[in-house]
Amino acid sequence: MKLQQLSLFLENRPGQLRAPCEALGKAGIDIVTMSLADTAQFGILRLVVKDWQRARQVLESTGMVVNVTEVVPIEVDDRPGGLAAALAAIEEAGIGVEYMYAFAAGPRPGKAAIIFRFEEPDRALVVLQARGLRILSAEDLLEKKSM
Amino acid sequence: MSAWNDPPGGFHPASAPDYLPRVRLAEIQLQRLQAVVSRAYEHVAVFRKRMVERGLAPSDVRGLSDLARLPFTVKADLRDSYPFGLFASPMEEIVRLHASSGTTGKPIVVAYTQADLDVWTEVMVRTFAACGLHRGDVIQNAYGYGLFTGGLGAHYGGEALGATVIPISGGNTERQLMVMQDFGVTALCCTPSYFLHLLERAREMKLDFSRLRVGVFGAEPWSEAMRQRIQAESGIRAYDIYGLSEIVGPGVGIECSHQQGLHLFEDHFYPEIIDPESGQVLPEGAEGELVLTTLSKRAMPMIRYRTRDVTALVPEPCACGRTLRRIRRIGRRSDDMFIIRGVNVFPSQVETALLQVEGTLPHYHIVLTREAGLDRMEVKVEVTPEVFSDKIRALENLQRKLEAALEHVLGLRVQVTLVEPRSLARSEGKAKRVTDQRKV
Repeated sequence: MKLQQLSLFLENRPGQLRAPCEALGKAGIDIVTMSLADTAQFGILRLVVKDWQRARQVLESTGMVVNVTEVVPIEVDDRPGGLAAALAAIEEAGIGVEYMYAFAAGPRPGKAAIIFRFEEPDRALVVLQARGLRILSAEDLLEKKSM
Repeated sequence: MSAWNDPPGGFHPASAPDYLPRVRLAEIQLQRLQAVVSRAYEHVAVFRKRMVERGLAPSDVRGLSDLARLPFTVKADLRDSYPFGLFASPMEEIVRLHASSGTTGKPIVVAYTQADLDVWTEVMVRTFAACGLHRGDVIQNAYGYGLFTGGLGAHYGGEALGATVIPISGGNTERQLMVMQDFGVTALCCTPSYFLHLLERAREMKLDFSRLRVGVFGAEPWSEAMRQRIQAESGIRAYDIYGLSEIVGPGVGIECSHQQGLHLFEDHFYPEIIDPESGQVLPEGAEGELVLTTLSKRAMPMIRYRTRDVTALVPEPCACGRTLRRIRRIGRRSDDMFIIRGVNVFPSQVETALLQVEGTLPHYHIVLTREAGLDRMEVKVEVTPEVFSDKIRALENLQRKLEAALEHVLGLRVQVTLVEPRSLARSEGKAKRVTDQRKV
């Protein structure tokens, strides 16, 4: 199942990261996981949150530009070689990875969760499931987080 | 209902002088020129002194071409004679004063008799009529009311046209948008950069301004590319209006529905194009500095006023039928120009380059710095929803494309910095496009 990821443009200056996080905090929106990509000049903050529609509204109302992208959360074995095995399957399927980042912890014991941004998320979903990778649902991840 | 109550394109009687045969117009111009030169000679000491120095008397103006022999008036003359030194009427006849925002020191003061105000109102009626406005239109006037001429000039013109005028003045964007939606506004007067800001907020607030049909935008230079973008994005017709306080305020020139240059109200303001270096009058069609002479102004006649605006007179007649000559859109003022590494740059060129790259209405700011004796030009460009991507690569591509477009137009290496949306200051009047931090 795909997740909606929110991306924000940030200038590379002290304090820029706080504003969106604070806005979400005030609105009572939980950040499930995030990653920050940066260059010398600017950064892109990518967020997976509970209630992405409301989060988007909150962020846009503070004047931020929000980009919504579909990403795919995949469960991998939490052991040496676990991630490599998943990546091998992705590579064999001929799926391009734009970027990826990890969840703080996977939903099940012994498992980790990785967020992938694929070039073609829909095709990725079908072929990766066919190859035995477990695709996580929003509920899997969000419930885990709320515990 | 009379003819001028008809929807857009209807003829307004005040617009009759727009269509005078050129020969008749020239007769009126000469008659008025002779009168205004005599008046200035009689009442304005500086002007008389300069005429005498050249061995000239008002009687030497026998034809319109004799104007080229008269001395110029420049902005410094207005400052030097602050506040009332160039007035040609006694205070008892002056009914209004306006003043410019002097960025350095004292402002420039301009004066109007009742007859001057009547002319101003007349040219503003003709201005609005040329933009297809008429009785029944609702004009939101977001030009500043006060010492600035924009607010009151547009106000009385709109009322005299028979339109409904909302004197909202500048600022308070949320209220502007609420009024625009709730009052069914059909026409808006403001600076083009402020309209971009309104458009942006209207989208965020999901407001409906579908009744808005015409924008009368001026008080700062803007490019043709910007107009095309504004029209495509908003669905309105965006007209360029030209004016300056020293001459009258708004209402010196306006585009008609053909949007191919601005018609000058030549029966009141006589244009010349000169070489800014030599002061020589250039042939029709050549680009140079616009010089204007007020033909009917009483309180403060301006003879050969150097506007610093760079343009050209369009020799061909306009398809709209007006016989008034046109000037090309003023993309630049000789004042706005800056020189970097020996290259002359106008902010409007930067705007044109940015608009060549896909995306949307640009908010930009130019910063000039000097490092180790070398000038650097940086253009800050706000990231818009249309161009923002979650991929670093896409943003870096955008940055490179903008830099390439700027280099192509300017012939200079320019650093583009992407900045957060709404991080650049929004102006409610004239946009400030350049910060020069170079220490000379």
